[in-house]
Amino acid sequence: MDLKNLIRVTINDIPVLVPEGSTILDAAKRAEVYIPTLCHLKLDDFAIENKPSSCRVCMVEVEGRPRLCTACSETATDGMVVSTNSQRALRARRTNVELLLSNHPQLCLTCAKNMDCELQKLAHDIGCREITYSGKRSHHPDDETSYSVISHPDKCIMCRRCETMCNEVQTVGVLSALDRGFSTVVRTAFHLDMTETSCTKCGQCVAVCPTGALTETNCTHRVWRALQDPSKHVVVQVAPAVRVALGEMFGMAAGTISTGKICTALRKLGFDGIFDTDWAADLTIMEEASEIVHRLSTPGSTLPILTSCCPAWVYFVESQFPDMLDIPSTCKSPQIMFGTMAKTYYAEQKGLDPKDIVVVSIMPCLAKKSEARRPELMNDGMKDVDIVVTTREFGHMLIEIGLDLNQMTDSNFDSIMGESTGASIIFGTTGGVIEAALRTASEWITGEPLKSVELTSLRGFDGIREGTVTIGDRDLHVGIAHGLGNARRLLEGIRDGEFHYDAIEIMACPGGCIGGGGQPYHHGDMEILLKRQQAIYREDRGKMIRKSHENPMIKKIYDEYLGEPYGPKAHELLHTTYTPKPRI
Amino acid sequence: MPHIEFDMSILDPALLQELDEFIEVQEFPQESIIAILHKAQELFLWLPRELQLHIARKTDLPAARIHGIVSFYSFFLEEPNGKYTVSVCMGTACFVKGAQPILDEFRKQLGMGPKDKITKDGVFSLNDVRCIGACGLAPVVRVNEKIYGHFKVEQVKEVIQHYRELEEQAQ
Repeated sequence: MDLKNLIRVTINDIPVLVPEGSTILDAAKRAEVYIPTLCHLKLDDFAIENKPSSCRVCMVEVEGRPRLCTACSETATDGMVVSTNSQRALRARRTNVELLLSNHPQLCLTCAKNMDCELQKLAHDIGCREITYSGKRSHHPDDETSYSVISHPDKCIMCRRCETMCNEVQTVGVLSALDRGFSTVVRTAFHLDMTETSCTKCGQCVAVCPTGALTETNCTHRVWRALQDPSKHVVVQVAPAVRVALGEMFGMAAGTISTGKICTALRKLGFDGIFDTDWAADLTIMEEASEIVHRLSTPGSTLPILTSCCPAWVYFVESQFPDMLDIPSTCKSPQIMFGTMAKTYYAEQKGLDPKDIVVVSIMPCLAKKSEARRPELMNDGMKDVDIVVTTREFGHMLIEIGLDLNQMTDSNFDSIMGESTGASIIFGTTGGVIEAALRTASEWITGEPLKSVELTSLRGFDGIREGTVTIGDRDLHVGIAHGLGNARRLLEGIRDGEFHYDAIEIMACPGGCIGGGGQPYHHGDMEILLKRQQAIYREDRGKMIRKSHENPMIKKIYDEYLGEPYGPKAHELLHTTYTPKPRI
Repeated sequence: MPHIEFDMSILDPALLQELDEFIEVQEFPQESIIAILHKAQELFLWLPRELQLHIARKTDLPAARIHGIVSFYSFFLEEPNGKYTVSVCMGTACFVKGAQPILDEFRKQLGMGPKDKITKDGVFSLNDVRCIGACGLAPVVRVNEKIYGHFKVEQVKEVIQHYRELEEQAQ
């Protein structure tokens, strides 16, 4: 730290040194003094700070100033003396929370965010026992058109976090504050239904919403119904990022791996087959690595090749870069490949009519719910995946029937779609898909085993990264972006000829799937994402087999059913197409 | 997924070209968005959503953001104005000198409901405005650019009559 640019601030009699330009809130953090906040959201890794100071919850008193100020937005000055707990500050804070509550539908009991709501917690912490203010309440219609994201604007407190995520982090630009004064509402352009816009369904607005104004669609009742229907054979798949996050809902530390416990819990729920999306991720790698090898070795092929596992990213490229639809890989995502194989290969093996199979996915993602409905992914009018629930919804299903994840013993996924490798588990984090693909592509091209399977040059947490992987006598230039704003910069660079890559991985959410819109709420704590990422790499290291093409069950399915990777049958079942979409 | 179709052909191509030329000479179009919207309203008289979408695509700003700006400022019109816009000043001076009865009388004689902004034939629109800075003439009524000072309720009929005649002559 540069000592020259430090200033001295006193918070509740605790002197601290902070860099010039710090806010009072930053100084309070250094002094380990808690100041409640609500609208404020700081994402260090994206250099984004949402501080509209609209909630007025972080009011503090500064010595020598007649007025209170908001700690999140007020810049600290040298010699400043701040009191966070003065009588005036406490009263102002309570008044402001009461004012927020006076225009809030107090429907906490039935709200999707009940017990996970930042406004509710604040009202509790501050000790609100009555709301002294009454008056007109704002009222706007709900938008329940989307398969992924539901908006209840009456519960909005105008913190604008969703707007910051949608516009600055993701650069999708679907949400904006419309109208003025008391009529202000955060909505889509022209009050269109969310499905009529270019919303990618990434769900990052939901991930940061402090209240129940933005939530996911609830599909748990459909899972219960399927499980209780004796005529249905219900199989479930679990995405890689779920197992490093679900534990948080049961009091486990961030980054706890609970794969075995999840399998046991699913068995108790009564699923007929408990499978792993990682198995399908290995299958994806077989196809994607084949496509990489094909495009690298065929003169005139389009390069770079982009990964296509992330449905929000696919939607983003379709609506924001419709002229570049020839560069994403044509591979279906692992979730959909799993569904396809469940309703073809698995149905055949088990002697089942595919119409009687219900495929349930547990995903860290809201876009996966919409992906399952893509018309491009229908087979004879039948969906590959029938029901998608998020990590959160799954956690709530367990809570509903009193299953404590902590109490579960460990068990394994079922065969024949449960065996996976270390390559597939890393799909859950930024950099993982391309690392997994190159582990396989590299060995196929050189015909020799890799010296080290860990391609560490592709790892990290920076928004845009690049790395070089040497395969034989060729250096492969790899670009990686997470967060759609970073993806936009990367794609624009490619279009302008500024960047030259052979392969690119893009994930829509900060951190990749570990930071997905369907994961347990992180409430702005980016440390949680880092711990989930470390857990993913830990799980990879613990696997005996770490390359997708060495998965014996994957070899078997090609031998018995699919034929050659990237061959005619694989093309028919495992690849898809993209459609340009308007940008609104 | 259903996608809404916007019929961009409702926008007059000659006016669009003039607007596009205005946008193209801006050094930083995104930062000049207010000026661009002013220009658009000057040309088209109001800002239908097709036009907002066109401006969004030209300036590479999200349509939601453009609509946010348009819906924030009352100057920008999301519905067409009538040929003659009657603005009754409701600033403090005009208000205490009886602006409300004048507004009510216009509404009555123009056959407009309490929430209507424009007459059914599209000839008149009626709105209340904040102080227009002519307090010495209170109460003040403005019809397009013409100012009527020391306005009396009894004048409502003749003012409407005058513009109806103008409209008939024009036809």
